[in-house]
Amino acid sequence: MSQYLLSVHSVAGEARAPMTEEEMARFMGRVGVLEEEMKSSGAWLFSGRLHEPDTATVVRVTGGDVLTTDGPFAESKEHLGGFYIIEADDLDAALAWASKTAAAIERPIEVRPFMHFAGA
Amino acid sequence: MGGARGSSELGEAEIGRIFREESGRSVATLIRVFGDIDVAEDAVQEAFAAALLRWPSEGLPPNPGGWITTTARNRAVDRLRRESRGRELLGELPALTPDHDEPDEVGPLQDDRLRLIFTCCHPALSTEARVALTLRLLGGLSTAEVARSFLVAEPAMAQRLVRAKRKIKAARIPYRVPEAHELPDRLRPVMAVVYLVYNAGAANLAEPALCAEAIRLARILAALMPDEPEVAGLLALLLLTESRRASRTRPDGSLVLLGEQDRGRWDRALIGEGHAIVRRCLRRGQPGAYQLQAAIAAVHADAATVERTDWPQIVALYDQLLAVSPTPVVALNRAIAIGEVDGAAAALALVDELDLDAYHPFHATRADLLRRLGREGDAAAAYERAAALAPTEAEREFLSRGGRASRSGPVPTAGQGLEPQLPDPETGVLPITPPGNGRRPV
Repeated sequence: MSQYLLSVHSVAGEARAPMTEEEMARFMGRVGVLEEEMKSSGAWLFSGRLHEPDTATVVRVTGGDVLTTDGPFAESKEHLGGFYIIEADDLDAALAWASKTAAAIERPIEVRPFMHFAGA
Repeated sequence: MGGARGSSELGEAEIGRIFREESGRSVATLIRVFGDIDVAEDAVQEAFAAALLRWPSEGLPPNPGGWITTTARNRAVDRLRRESRGRELLGELPALTPDHDEPDEVGPLQDDRLRLIFTCCHPALSTEARVALTLRLLGGLSTAEVARSFLVAEPAMAQRLVRAKRKIKAARIPYRVPEAHELPDRLRPVMAVVYLVYNAGAANLAEPALCAEAIRLARILAALMPDEPEVAGLLALLLLTESRRASRTRPDGSLVLLGEQDRGRWDRALIGEGHAIVRRCLRRGQPGAYQLQAAIAAVHADAATVERTDWPQIVALYDQLLAVSPTPVVALNRAIAIGEVDGAAAALALVDELDLDAYHPFHATRADLLRRLGREGDAAAAYERAAALAPTEAEREFLSRGGRASRSGPVPTAGQGLEPQLPDPETGVLPITPPGNGRRPV
């Protein structure tokens, strides 16, 4: 078994047209079905959706001093918007979950393996 | 070989040839046994060194492939026992472990090389990485040879291979033959890699060995997957294309058009073999892009001269090809065949509807059709446009001479690198510009 991060990236300034209530209900319905399937099959480990990057704070420690700054770490247009952490036999199984996820939320999904540590 | 043991002719070159032939199978088996590509590669390399020491004096073992696999496996076990990390590896469940519960474990899909080619050509790897891994691991080429084949510096190629192997391990790309329902999607990149290897060999005069290697890979695939008509079609296409590769270039490297090729030099044995496969495919009645291209190549191979080619049959095959592979490049080749049946005006009307402005064979085709219609001024402008877009100096010269000696279709892509031949990443559809076709659609 390996663990994979399935991440959803949002692009700043490329916000999609706000969903109607009906669209939102359908979206939530699809995501609900997907997560239920992930959980009942034992693949789901954790998932979450993040607030906008401008709600982020960065903390640095240099020489014992703590420096706190406002804003996201990377000055990039793409930001992590949400993610799933899943367990799968191999990449093919992870990619199958990723394609279901991409279909449900209508966004590309990046699949990345977690490092394996002996005994972990 | 004559089974002569202890023969003095068993030099390094001959042993190298045997290894290239056998190493794919050994590497594939050892990857299954040890679950690690690097361990398998190193072990087969050690077995090669051992063979160089022993075979010249002891003679060729009765089953060289078996000898290589056994020797390599023993070396790997010895080495892993010596190293602490190796002992861990022997103990832990490796990343690349075939799933023994798989229903496909029995039957004709058992060969480890088949697992290996599906791993090497996994869609999660870049096309360049797929080609490099396939040639290195299955083809038994050295990193230097793979680098030379694609005009890439050796350190860059080594880096590409290391990165790809790291991804296979880290992301746990599985080592198994896909299940039946996955097969159509997964077989396509495998066939594309074999086709790319062939094209790279045909486009690069210095590396004809790649053509032989592609045909060898296609033969392996066809033997291991006898029920896949497209795999058979790919093999037939390569054999028929190969049958006229030698007559396609002059000693100075310039192209000989299909109509001007010495048909007496076409390799009849390859044509016969290709034909037999095409006939079997036709009986099966499940045509696909490779089978149809092979059938078109077979019709050309049948013709004693270009004038006596069965063009209506070629048009009919292009109609089918366009249905399964509806790309503008196929439409262009079909239009050229129509030009041979219904005349240049009919062909030009079809060509002018195509959106291929950046594709130099499109302009070369237009130029030729315009000239046949007596529109010399328009033809000259089209030749100029084609020459400006042509990827190689030889083609630019040829086109700016007004494609002299040509009476027909598109210029084959003769770029030296991989890029011009890459399949469409979205659809997996290959550019239908098989090498060796002169300026006729094949």
